[in-house]
Amino acid sequence: MNKAIWAAALVAALPWNTAAATEPGVDSLRAELAALKADYETRIRALEARLARQDALLRAEGAAAPPGQTQRSAGAATTTASARGNAFNPQISLILDGRMASFDRDPEGYHLPGFMLGGEAGLFEEGMSIGHTELSVSANIDHLFFGQFTVAMAEHDGETETEVEEAFFETLGLGEGFTLRGGRFFSAVGYLNQQHEHAWDFADAPLVYAGLWGNKYLDDGVRLSWVAPTRLLLELGAEVFAGAKFPAGGARDSGIGSRVLFANLGGDWGASHSWQTGMSHYAADVEGRSAGAHEHGVGGEEETPTFTGDSEAWGAHLIYKWAPQGNYRQRNFKLQAEYFAVEEDGDLILAGSEPLEFSSFDGDQEGFYLQGVYQFRPQWRVGLRYDRLWSDNEGSDPEVLEEAGLLAEGDDPERWSAMFEWLPSEFSRLRLQYNRDDSYRSGDHQWFLQYTHSLGAHGAHRF
Amino acid sequence: MMHVQRKGLWPKWLVAALALFTVPAAAELRVFACEPEWAALSAALGGDRVSVDMATTAAQDPHYVQARPGLIALARSADLLVCTGADLETGWLPLLLRKSGNPVIQTARSGYFLAAEQVSLLEVPERLDRALGDIHAAGNPHLALDPRRLLVVAERLAERLAAIDPEGAVAYRAHLAGFRNRWQAAIVGWEMRAAPLRGRRVAAHHPTFTYLEDWLGLERVAMLEPKPGIPPSSAHLARLLKKFRAEPVDLILHASYEDARPAGWLAGKIGVPVLRLPASPEGPPDGVETLEFWMESLVTALLQTAGLGAR
Repeated sequence: MNKAIWAAALVAALPWNTAAATEPGVDSLRAELAALKADYETRIRALEARLARQDALLRAEGAAAPPGQTQRSAGAATTTASARGNAFNPQISLILDGRMASFDRDPEGYHLPGFMLGGEAGLFEEGMSIGHTELSVSANIDHLFFGQFTVAMAEHDGETETEVEEAFFETLGLGEGFTLRGGRFFSAVGYLNQQHEHAWDFADAPLVYAGLWGNKYLDDGVRLSWVAPTRLLLELGAEVFAGAKFPAGGARDSGIGSRVLFANLGGDWGASHSWQTGMSHYAADVEGRSAGAHEHGVGGEEETPTFTGDSEAWGAHLIYKWAPQGNYRQRNFKLQAEYFAVEEDGDLILAGSEPLEFSSFDGDQEGFYLQGVYQFRPQWRVGLRYDRLWSDNEGSDPEVLEEAGLLAEGDDPERWSAMFEWLPSEFSRLRLQYNRDDSYRSGDHQWFLQYTHSLGAHGAHRF
Repeated sequence: MMHVQRKGLWPKWLVAALALFTVPAAAELRVFACEPEWAALSAALGGDRVSVDMATTAAQDPHYVQARPGLIALARSADLLVCTGADLETGWLPLLLRKSGNPVIQTARSGYFLAAEQVSLLEVPERLDRALGDIHAAGNPHLALDPRRLLVVAERLAERLAAIDPEGAVAYRAHLAGFRNRWQAAIVGWEMRAAPLRGRRVAAHHPTFTYLEDWLGLERVAMLEPKPGIPPSSAHLARLLKKFRAEPVDLILHASYEDARPAGWLAGKIGVPVLRLPASPEGPPDGVETLEFWMESLVTALLQTAGLGAR
């Protein structure tokens, strides 16, 4: 900078000196000075005008913005960002998911002793396969409603299956803390149940979700929830569903097959700690819920255990999160535990058997998982999970229960999982996971290498 | 709503337990401010007519906040939401709005105020592609770091407060007038002091201080993040090292919530000072003093670190 000043001074001085040498008159000096002054004044005026323009730009009351920026108006609310937000309206996001899986045992023979594997429960395909490809579209419908549609595409036994996972509307601030949701959605019966599969911290569902909810419980229905006007979060809600999906299976009672009640309580503990705990209750009148079809004997007749009766479940969860001073970017830790207990009372038949085999069924199943995930650098996470299930199912004909896989006989499933993740950005993830699965008598070593990428709209940072 | 005091009707422990839950029954306007600067500004303009809750602190990267239970509870009872916008809170604010069940703070309602919608923004991307990093379609959201823009936001916010709470309109305008006088004088003072900073070359971790650089005439020559939102890689840092050896920089900046190690490493290699700056005011949001102290400390820290002393 100094050099520049010196150079300028020199340049300025040169003609001056020549002038001074040839014409010693004071008038010319004055003229030079006046010219300089005039020059500076015009420059200052130009600068002032520029400043004024910039000031006007900043204020820009109704004025046109510079190129590339949108016009602002004095009526604040309907302006720049909301107009730009239209570029993403509706918000569209696509999840790409795929994995390489390796098992010691044959995944075809997978079962959970004492539990029915319904819904999507079960192991991945061995080798390379794509998982759920999920397409989601959401937007505010108008000033009253929000809507979301999610379709998942997956391949099962060589056939591409399309499942509508979500298709719901939700009120935007009904008032007094109430929210009404209707359509197809994930039930609030559990904490993990409301998260999409791609948001899970492990590649597979916890055993208690696999054994009791067929990985996740979603159905067509209505939810009303209420947030109390309190400092701590107190949320109460009720859901009624058609009861057409596992584990309710088969609508009864003029279309209302299952009911869920839930209560959540949560808050902060200083700047670094946050927590949430909750309880839920689920009840269903099950009619003809079938799951876990298996080939029977050499003849290859397929028998499908089918349950009809009352089903009731209690759930509880506890979530604790830590981040130094609440800054989740660098490091954070999450501890998550959920417990479910299911009691069922009814009849069990083996559909397809001849003569028809049946038994009364008095089911008593429970389980929990506990997991911790630590993000030790912005792009790296490690996690550990423990799963445990118990069952005490009884029936008039234990042989039928045994054929249905509902007698555990001391083989209560248990599993340890460890995972390691690399997240290059908020939109991509690579995960390596190992499971030591003692779900049945001889344990299985399972390895998964999984990618989960998200295209389009920015995902939500759920608690 | 739960201030039941009659003896015998409720057991004492129950009253005590309920007190834990209830928000103090307030005649004031409840402001939910996403970042500390807007909390301080709301307090400055609202005075004792408002009570202000702050969703984040200066220690937290506002982009990575989660829609945690405590925030849902606060949003549920808020009368006015004052946030940055421009997608800074895109990961958590839409979720909070939906979960709050609160009609008045929903998008484009009277209780929904975004600072980014009040002023023009810098660094508006011409191309929207995630290959460019986690870019903000509307432009750089850290606009409060330009006190001139902050003043425009203050004017709009005072108007909004007056619209929501007409009874307090006179008070809000008076507070704004006081704020404007003080703030404009302060801006002149800061600009005079910071004049020697003009033209200084800085490198920054993330485009957090774009508006500060723009205001004070600092020249940002590089970012430590290879793309916005992508943590600095060793390859990128090595490239920067080579670049800075050829074309020196005067300072390396990073926000207090950003990783200090990349900036520290680079600064150590090329022997320039590294400066950790609060991207939002620290401490409780007490009004104009909080904002003044924040700006003051930014200018002073820049001058001191650039070896220009604080006068």
